[in-house]
Amino acid sequence: MFKILEKREMADNTVCHFKIEAPLIAKKAQPGQFVMLRPNETGERIPLTMAGTDPAQGTIDIIFQVVGKTTALLRTFQKGDAILDIIGPLGRPTHLEKLGTVICVGGGTGIAVLYPITRGLQETGNHVISIIGARTKDLLIMEDYMKNVSDELLITTDDGSYGRHGFVTDALKDLLDERKDVKLVVGIGPVPMMKFVCKTTQPYGVKTLVSLNAIMVDATGMCGACRVTVGGKTQFCCVDGPEFDGHQVDFDELIKRQAAYLKEERQSYEHFQKEHGQ
Amino acid sequence: MTEQKKKEKKEKIPRQPMPEQDPKKRSKNFDEVPYGYTPELAQKEARRCLQCKKPKCIEGCPVGVKIPEFVNLIAEGDFIGAAKKLKEDNSLPAVCGRVCPQESQCESLCVLGKKDDPVAVGRLERFAADYERAQGVVELPQLPSPTGKKVAVVGSGPAGLTLAGDLVKFGHQVTIFEALHKPGGVLVYGIPEFRLPKAIVEAEVDYLQRLGVEIKYNYVIGKILTVDELFEMGYDACFLGVGAGLPVFMNIPGENLCGIYSANEYLTRSNLMKAYLFPEYDTPIARGKNVVVIGGGNVAMDSARTALRLGADNVHIVYRRSKTELPARAEEAHHAEEEGVQFKFLTAPIRYIGNEDGWVVGMECIQMELGEPDDSGRRRPVPIEGSNFTLDVDQVVVAIGTGANPIITSTIPNLELNKWGYIVADPETGKTSREGVYAGGDIVTGSATVILAMGAGRNSSQAIQQYLTGKG
Repeated sequence: MFKILEKREMADNTVCHFKIEAPLIAKKAQPGQFVMLRPNETGERIPLTMAGTDPAQGTIDIIFQVVGKTTALLRTFQKGDAILDIIGPLGRPTHLEKLGTVICVGGGTGIAVLYPITRGLQETGNHVISIIGARTKDLLIMEDYMKNVSDELLITTDDGSYGRHGFVTDALKDLLDERKDVKLVVGIGPVPMMKFVCKTTQPYGVKTLVSLNAIMVDATGMCGACRVTVGGKTQFCCVDGPEFDGHQVDFDELIKRQAAYLKEERQSYEHFQKEHGQ
Repeated sequence: MTEQKKKEKKEKIPRQPMPEQDPKKRSKNFDEVPYGYTPELAQKEARRCLQCKKPKCIEGCPVGVKIPEFVNLIAEGDFIGAAKKLKEDNSLPAVCGRVCPQESQCESLCVLGKKDDPVAVGRLERFAADYERAQGVVELPQLPSPTGKKVAVVGSGPAGLTLAGDLVKFGHQVTIFEALHKPGGVLVYGIPEFRLPKAIVEAEVDYLQRLGVEIKYNYVIGKILTVDELFEMGYDACFLGVGAGLPVFMNIPGENLCGIYSANEYLTRSNLMKAYLFPEYDTPIARGKNVVVIGGGNVAMDSARTALRLGADNVHIVYRRSKTELPARAEEAHHAEEEGVQFKFLTAPIRYIGNEDGWVVGMECIQMELGEPDDSGRRRPVPIEGSNFTLDVDQVVVAIGTGANPIITSTIPNLELNKWGYIVADPETGKTSREGVYAGGDIVTGSATVILAMGAGRNSSQAIQQYLTGKG
């Protein structure tokens, strides 16, 4: 059992932050790694990338958006409640090295995943320019966090309610036109966003890393649910990833595989909402 | 005269069948297929045993169960005594009575089998273990005083459970580190409820915990802790019984379409995550109407029978060799066939066809013929040119075996692996190239059986005992 020490709602109550007691995972986890989490006995195992860890306090941070039954159920958990199973740290950590100028692009809750990687890249001595975006101002998360670990921070909103009016990819394109010294782009967010980040960077030949959240079951390489095609080869997101060279990823296949259980997910969520009078 | 004497000595009783659920009914539910012997049937079957002076059957048992002794106790009506006798050598009799391939082990050596059917050792084992469990009081043996030695066991499958049970009875402190959230390994994620009810695995694990075995869940060794760190924490020896755990795909076009599962994923969803009870349980699973399972082993049979129970109209097993080469136990293939699973022998898939949503809708196959024997001694299947045909499918399960999962082996420096990534270990002791590290089960042998993994656990427990007491 893993106790929730703090709970915080963000982004107009659509996103939830838990600080969870998990000393061994906190001690071992590195930027880019994720945990599997099963809320209760009848629950599903879902992967969530850690937004942070505190080895001294023995805690890990997870930030999630309510998108279905499992995340909706998690959101009903309060401070002091416990999550039944947390498994981790899983996946390969981000390879952090000093490259020069790097751009970190985050969208939606992907910003939470991006944050520890951004911090790691800055601590390694890179000049970090971050671009974060959301549909509208109220849905933008972790602006202060990202500001603290970036040398420059750009903000975009789809509706123009905050920062630059447009998509993160618009700001990214302008930056790539302006600066010829960009060595790496890290793009993390919804799959379509990552696809377009990669499309944007490809003509510039800038290496682009993405963090994929494929559907997983065991997340130790045992089941192959998280198969992704990278450079024409099948890779397992859980053990070979979650980060991959975005220019090699078959995003269209990933989008289809992510949708494999839409019908069941809807059924499950409706069942839950009825039970909880929502 | 002599004839008559013999008759008096031993009345001729035929091998007693085990009552089971009707195939039509059972193919729609997840309840266990056989009901097990009644006490009367068990005693009748047990009386068939000749009580050989030099019993051959024991030689066929990887853990050396004293078969004639426990069978005799059943014949005498001492069912609890029989269960205790079994547990002297086998920590998981209720499991083994169900999933061991007795027909190629103990029963294949039974003297009765030469002219008649062998004694149904497996059914009797199952009966005794079930009888004891149903009584609700499983007595614990006397344990020696603690030795102060600590052993770490990685994986709670059949190898790890057997070894843990042995070592705790020697007085050592045993901790099992399990990556998943439930104990049992393949017994829980792999073998379906209708073949091995999970309550039985839980009862056997509960017995080990009452003996003092500690189990830690959600520990992926190699990630949260390394084996070297386990030694730093004060463990004196370590056993790796992590299973094979890497699904093998065929690498043919379209294999990543939705609806195509590895058997590991399909069975894990259904068994461990209880997706067959969706939406009561949250994990979903595809419920295809036209399901194809690729492969001919027990895992393929389990997958096909699961698909039937999840509501498929047609389930085909596609196997590239002929019926003679089918690696599944005859009983499993027979059960599958009875329930309505159809077999397409000498057939192999060559590509999958998908729709615009990325779901599989078809499978192109090619007919095979058997050529010269290959390395395994079986005749190699060879494609027949131009024999291609297409099957309509909406779900596929790939059950063609597993490989070695590197998650733990890659984090143990100087651990010798073979070219396929399996751990090199002494077959007699499980000793690896690293001092104090032993290994057994599928991570050493590649995909094998529950009982062979248990045998490996037994061998390593003896070797670790010698190592810990300075005699190794």
